[in-house]
Formats: sequence, structure tokens, C-alpha cells
Amino acid sequence: MNKKANVVIIGGGISGCSTAYNLAKKGVKDIVVVDKSYISSGATGRCGAGVRMQWGTEMNCKLAKQSIEFYENANEILEYNRDVEFKQGGYLLIASTDTEMEQFAKNVKLQNSLDIPSKILSLEEAKEIVPHLNTEGLTGAAYCPKDGFLNPFKTTDAFYQAAKRMGVEFLTHTEVLEIKTNGKKIEKVVTDQGDIITDTVVNAAGGHSKIICDMVGVDLPVYSERHQILVTEPVEPMQDPMVMSFSLNMYCQQTPEGTFIMGRGDDNEPRDLRTTSSWEFMDEMAKTVTSILPPLGELRVIRQWAGLYNMTPDKQPVYGRVKEIDKFFLSVGFSGHGFMFGPLTGIVISEMILGEEPSIDVSMLGIDRFEKGNLILEPSVV
Amino acid sequence: MSKEENTIVCRCSDVTLKELRDLIAEGYTDYNEIKRITRIGMGPCQGKTCTQIVLRELSQATGKPVSEIKNQNNRPPVVGVKLKLIAEEAKEDE
Repeated sequence: MNKKANVVIIGGGISGCSTAYNLAKKGVKDIVVVDKSYISSGATGRCGAGVRMQWGTEMNCKLAKQSIEFYENANEILEYNRDVEFKQGGYLLIASTDTEMEQFAKNVKLQNSLDIPSKILSLEEAKEIVPHLNTEGLTGAAYCPKDGFLNPFKTTDAFYQAAKRMGVEFLTHTEVLEIKTNGKKIEKVVTDQGDIITDTVVNAAGGHSKIICDMVGVDLPVYSERHQILVTEPVEPMQDPMVMSFSLNMYCQQTPEGTFIMGRGDDNEPRDLRTTSSWEFMDEMAKTVTSILPPLGELRVIRQWAGLYNMTPDKQPVYGRVKEIDKFFLSVGFSGHGFMFGPLTGIVISEMILGEEPSIDVSMLGIDRFEKGNLILEPSVV
Repeated sequence: MSKEENTIVCRCSDVTLKELRDLIAEGYTDYNEIKRITRIGMGPCQGKTCTQIVLRELSQATGKPVSEIKNQNNRPPVVGVKLKLIAEEAKEDE
């Protein structure tokens, strides 16, 4: 296989598929998406499937809000023959200290100023929404009814199908080995299946984004770390919102299938690319969830898995060009929330490639912010 | 209704033989892709019932022997375990 492309997108997750879709919609021809495995095989297909507007920085709030508004109509916009299974059951964020409640109050004020309908709840009000919540040791909660669940596989499949209908070529099971440059210009992308001649590359490689940057000598200040999840057997609907706690380190939501998906982070996780499962996670997750949501103790765990968070120093994504190489675009560093930003990622990256007026100003998410030290830290990540 | 529409290949998620064959005909020839779209292999049996059927169908459609078709990843636990039992054991170990 040797071919030419106007744009090569590396990574067939939500970011890559959404970017391909938006570029094709704007009339760009000869777009190639390359993935070393299958569509949504990486972080997208391993994520917790939650989408929320309740963030702590203005940029994250805006990206999430507009993405969720897209998801509300995703089946129609993408003319999908299946269903992306969007369910707006809300997110109930629970606090366990007074300091955390103060942070929630700040976040809600910011969110409300951006027309996000979140609010602070008392523990009594929280219990009305999730009757089986154990409020012992908790100090309060925040809630947004617009947050919810979305099927990551089918959502990515919807973007993939729509892009394919417009002529985008997807090379799955194809690994990028090298990116050849001449000075600041990209000449071709070398894969294990042959070369693709192009001058424009999008790095949407998720957990592997740094490897791609290293190929062109761009120093990306991100690292990847494993985050684990487990899922239970399906039961009748009993919990509408995602229940999430930053201080107690957990999130847990019932999917439309009836299964419960839950996960937590681990501060001792090594910075590498492993996606194996550990028994420590299973132990800690079981202890945490049975203490906060006791009736879930009766449910059987049927599977656990892991995916990579691609972490930036401020836990916000990196969008845009780099100074070292022309037409090399970053769509990386989502720090565990790339799936929920997918629609906006595709819009902003496609506008940058075509040099169009941006529909949302993401200039503060450029890679130069790390050099300049302009970091606004996102406080709300599990 | 055709025989294909009446035949369930995945008992956990009620996937029929017709749905499976339609998806393969659409071009989804990777077990993991089929799993993610149909939920075959994601239910309480974790593929113990359906995997062989999916592999056989993929083999017939692609002409590759079953031994050359990549299975889904087997993930822990081997059988379903109640969360409270895991939590109790974990607390005893402390």
C-alpha cells in the first residue's frame, strides 16, 4: 500500500473519528484515519461512558456543554442506523469535606454563569435522587440533570460510519512507525502496511500521543497512566445519575443495559502504557462502592478492564499546532475525558486545519501554555 | 420469521444469528468490534456460550480457519463474584 492523502489522522478513537467526520463535511477529500488496532480499541472504548458539564475550569465547562448538546441529537445529525444510547440521568457529585463543598460552590457558580443548570444539594436532597446513597461522612452534593451516559462504541461507530459515507478511508490494524519530515515540512507517514504521502498529520493517538510526538521531535509534556473499571451483571433500573466523588475517589453509574460501571484512580499508578487488570483495584473498588452505595454489594462483578488516561499538567486537553513542524496538529492530553469532548474536538481541529475562524476560542489550550506557565488547574477529575 | 431471526447466538444480550451475520456483512470482521456493537461476550457468561459461534461465523465469512481469528480478551474474574464478598475479604486482609 502506497498512497497520497490530504490529511492523515493517527488514532481511530472518538477524537480521530470526529475530526475525520468534520473535515469531510467541510469538503476535504482524501482523508485517511490510521489505527494500529480496530475503531475505538484504545481509550475511547475503555472509558467510563459518562458525560458531564460539571467541570471546574471555564474551558472544560464550555467544551463539555457544547459536546453534550451535540450528543442530544447525535443519532439524527450523524444519521446513525443504530442508537448511541444517550441517557441524561444526571451526575450527583458528593463531597466528604467542607473544603470540597467550597470547591463545589465555586464550580457551580462558574457553571451557572455558562448556562449549565447545575446546583448545590443538601444530603437530604441527594438522597431523594439516589435513595440508596449512604450519606454518613458526607458534607453535601452538587447535581446537574443534563449530565449522563453515552455508549462510547456506538458513538464512535456513528462518527466512523458518517465519515466513511463521505469518503474517508479507515486503515485499521495499521501501525504508524515513522513520520518523515524535511525541515519543518511533513513528507510522509510510514506504516507497517506502507507509506502515505501527506503534509498534514493529526495526532489523535490517545494514550500513545507522546510516541507520535517523539517521531517528529515535539516535546509533549504529557504522560499516560492506567485507570481501571469494573462492570456488574445487569439488574432492573435503580439509579438514575452517575454518583461521583473526587475525595473518596470513585464514580459509579447504571447503564441503560442495567449493568453498573464503576471506576477509581490510583495515585501510585506507574506512568506507562500497561492496560492489564489488577486485584488491588478490585479490592479497593469493592470496599469504596459498598460503603457509599451499600445495596450494590449484592451485585456480581462480571468483568474488569483498564484504559489509559493521557494526562497533562493542568488536566485540560492540548489542541492545535506546534512550533517545530508545520501542519502537525495536536488533539491529545484529554486526561480521562476525551470521549465526552469528542464532538467539539472534531470541530476545533478541523477549523484549525482549514484556517477557519474558530467557533469556540481554544487558544488557551495550545501547547505553548506549558512553556509560558499559563496553567489553570482542573480540580474535578477522578 | 426466518430461522436466522429465531436463532439466539448470545443468550445474555439476546443477539440473533441474523444480527451477527448482518454485522459481518457490513464489514465488522473483528471479534472485538462485534462485541462492542452487539454486546456479544459482554454479559454474565463473558462469552463462554457465544464465542465459539461468533468465531465459526467469522471463519465462514472470511475463509480463515478459527485458529487464526483473534478471540476477545479474557478478563477477570473467571466467574461473577458479589462485590460485598470481595469487600469483606479485602477488609480481612488489612
